[in-house]
Amino acid sequence: MNHAYGPVPRKEDARLLRGQGTFIDDIALPGMLHGAILRSPLAHARIVSVDVSAALAHPMVVAAFTGADLAERGMAWMPTVFGDVQAVLATDKVRFQGQEVAFVVATDRYAARDALELIAVDYEPLPPLIDALTALDPGAPVVREDLPGGNRVFDWSAGDKAATDAAFAAADVVVGCDMIYPRSHPAPLETCGAIAEYDTTGGRLTLHATSQAPHAHRTMYAAITGLPEHKIRVVSPDLGGGFGAKVPIYPGYLCAIAAAMVTGRPVKWVEDRSESLMSTTFARDYHMHGEIAATADGTILALRARVLADHGAFNAAAQPSKFPAGFFHIFTGSYQLRAAHCEVTGVFTNKAPGGVAYSCSFRITEAVYLVERLTDMLARELGMDPAELRMRNLLRPEQFPYTGPTGWEYDSGDYPRALRLALDMAGYDELRREQAERRARGEYMGIGLSFFTEGVGAGPRGQMDILGLAMTDGADLRVHPTGKAVLAVSVQTQGQGHETTFAQLVAHELGLSPDDVDVVHGDTDRTPFGLGTYGSRSTPVSGAAAVVAARRVRERARLVAAAMFEVAPDDLEWLDGKWRVRGDPDQAFGIAEIAKAAHSPLELPAGVEGHLDASAVYNPPNLTFPFGAYICVTDVDPGTGEVTVRRFIAVDDCGVRINPMIVEGQVHRGLADGIGIALMQAIVFDDTGNCLAGSFMDYLLPTSLECPSPELGETVTPSPHHPVGAKGIGESATVGSPAAVVNSVVDALAPFGVVHADMPLTPANVWRAIQGRPVRTDLAIS
Amino acid sequence: MKISVTVNGTDHQRDVEPRLLLIHFLRDELRLTGAHWGCDTSNCGACVVWLDETPVKSCTVLAVMADGHRVTTIEGLARGGVLDPVQDAFAACHGLQCGFCTPGMIMTARWLLDHNPDPSAAEIREAISGQVCRCTGYENIVRSVLRAAGHDGNDGNDGGASG
Repeated sequence: MNHAYGPVPRKEDARLLRGQGTFIDDIALPGMLHGAILRSPLAHARIVSVDVSAALAHPMVVAAFTGADLAERGMAWMPTVFGDVQAVLATDKVRFQGQEVAFVVATDRYAARDALELIAVDYEPLPPLIDALTALDPGAPVVREDLPGGNRVFDWSAGDKAATDAAFAAADVVVGCDMIYPRSHPAPLETCGAIAEYDTTGGRLTLHATSQAPHAHRTMYAAITGLPEHKIRVVSPDLGGGFGAKVPIYPGYLCAIAAAMVTGRPVKWVEDRSESLMSTTFARDYHMHGEIAATADGTILALRARVLADHGAFNAAAQPSKFPAGFFHIFTGSYQLRAAHCEVTGVFTNKAPGGVAYSCSFRITEAVYLVERLTDMLARELGMDPAELRMRNLLRPEQFPYTGPTGWEYDSGDYPRALRLALDMAGYDELRREQAERRARGEYMGIGLSFFTEGVGAGPRGQMDILGLAMTDGADLRVHPTGKAVLAVSVQTQGQGHETTFAQLVAHELGLSPDDVDVVHGDTDRTPFGLGTYGSRSTPVSGAAAVVAARRVRERARLVAAAMFEVAPDDLEWLDGKWRVRGDPDQAFGIAEIAKAAHSPLELPAGVEGHLDASAVYNPPNLTFPFGAYICVTDVDPGTGEVTVRRFIAVDDCGVRINPMIVEGQVHRGLADGIGIALMQAIVFDDTGNCLAGSFMDYLLPTSLECPSPELGETVTPSPHHPVGAKGIGESATVGSPAAVVNSVVDALAPFGVVHADMPLTPANVWRAIQGRPVRTDLAIS
Repeated sequence: MKISVTVNGTDHQRDVEPRLLLIHFLRDELRLTGAHWGCDTSNCGACVVWLDETPVKSCTVLAVMADGHRVTTIEGLARGGVLDPVQDAFAACHGLQCGFCTPGMIMTARWLLDHNPDPSAAEIREAISGQVCRCTGYENIVRSVLRAAGHDGNDGNDGGASG
């Protein structure tokens, strides 16, 4: 019995509901200065000179510096999370619009902005490289002269090419398509920011920063600043969302650090919305060609894909180092295949760096979109219902654990059950009848399906690391003499409710109430090392560490309880939250009584020096593989191109649900992401590299009027290797839903002969698709 | 410029720059950090407070425009330590995740219920449509406001199925 699991209200809410949260810009330290960044107006230009003398003369300015100034401290460049380098402040040239050029520190935030106007920069414009498809052409502008490979970041492939080609050659039907997964941005409502404090006497740096990975950041700051790591403390306060945007480190953080070291005063830097959209990490930007091969009766045989990945000006993809295209090679999806092969080429362009963010599970979102669009196209080609085609090809429950043709071992699943539930909830057959009736009346209704398999919880230490830091996470659990507990974890919540879910995990293991367990996170001085929160890894990795630590506490408690009862430990059994004497279960002690004894003068058995505290480091044996079946119903106005999402049915299986209320909240969020990405959100550029989506007036986010009331369902297939059978859920809906929306819109437009239309499906683009004209990604703004 | 503003029932006199935004006056001058700055362009509504009885986006109101007026922020909503029913409902219905948009959403929701005590889900969606939440997909915010209005918090569907 999971007595502490269930939809308990969140511990976080008490402060957040009162406006008493502590977000980065809520922090004000005595003597604090305010920094602002001067950014490049050009996408590609050589820097002839930067003159900050007039800014320094401003009466409220305390410091101003350039890339050349940082170079003297060895801080002009910093490592990216993928082992490339990125300019903190540009020294040689600027490589994207919005790149950091100079930093000003003043006594208030308005004065710092004023002073930016006083900086004179002489640029020599260079031809920009904007279209990734031309990046490898001879004569293309070179973005990175500091690297030997021209504009090529990497070439990478996975799967068996010969077997895949053979399967395609033997197929009855082959369907292929070019698709663009446009560049988007996670756009957490709180932008990124930091406050650096430097204790010149003790040589100690404290950085308050919007960080999803404070421990990994601390290690990076040690490398960049030369400060010893034990003299650096990173504190990540309440985060106003992250979604991957707060995984990398950014030049602004380093500027704040440098300014604090120069001035000896705390320095705050918080980016504004345009800075966030133009310079912090983007997501997606994949140009894909996919093909699917099948028999005439609808048995899928093989998949192959070629991808051109636009990485922007620096390779700052936040993903495990052995996987330059992330986990894209899970593009085989949820189906039985004979073979699969993919090739990915990454290129530099004159755009902001990033690529792996926005709840993408390290590129699985691009992979799911590709396979689920191809599956719908195949159904259309074969004249089969897309639900029937999927059901015919889904992996069967008895095939798990299942090793796919590109090497992934899926841990557990019952896919047909999830799809059947989604179809039942939707009333699928009735929807198809309604669609037929509406079409006869000239109305355009779409029904779109997607089935996805996720792989989350990176990851096994031998296979997955970031900058050489294996993706393991620690947990420290202290049990006070009164039986109240404090759990310290390495991961950092951005709204997912870790303070509640992790307390429930520990409480269940120890027979406590979640109210008896407090969770400490976000402060490197108070928490054990770990890689942080992204890729839906908190519950799969850190949650597992918490459970292992709690079980160690429980085993120590058993030894103490045995001493209390003067019986052998084997004579005790854990039942209903207490250690009980076998055969006499009324003889029982709970953790509170045992903790009191463990701190008392009671003579303890060998191996227990005192106290019950325990620690754990969790090295996950595999990823966890949540999955789901989604159905999106849309209505399309052919006159205006406007899409209305009428219904969204989402069946998710994330294994055991610790707090179902929080799990459903995660799904709600991801469905809104999918609607936004499919219908309106895109970071687009003109051909000179001007970002056309630099504010929320241009980068359109879904509101309460575009998002439907979702209909959620669940199946539970526990992970066989996670200590409590849980899988990650934070990104499932973001990964799975865009394909369902696009499949739905394309289904609605089938009478016009539309077989594919790229995102974002704005009214303008839908109208173009109806007219038989190609979608333009740059028509995001309509 | 010298201004006099009554914030959550307390009078404040300050000498401010004419260009100072109300959101920065509240946050930086008065240290009331419940309302958040989110976008600069009046799109996100994380900064919503009441100017007299009307919700405004305080990133697009100058502090001097509040001279002689009353401002109510999220910090002023609870009475004598007792949460407003809207605040309680947001907790009960999981109407918040990261909490960054929440103060603005709650101020708008309270205003809506003061003027329309029994709103439909569609009316709630209309009322909050000028504000952005990146975490909830709005569904649980709508449920929260319905609950605060005395309904069960379901937004037109039965909330789930399993198999």
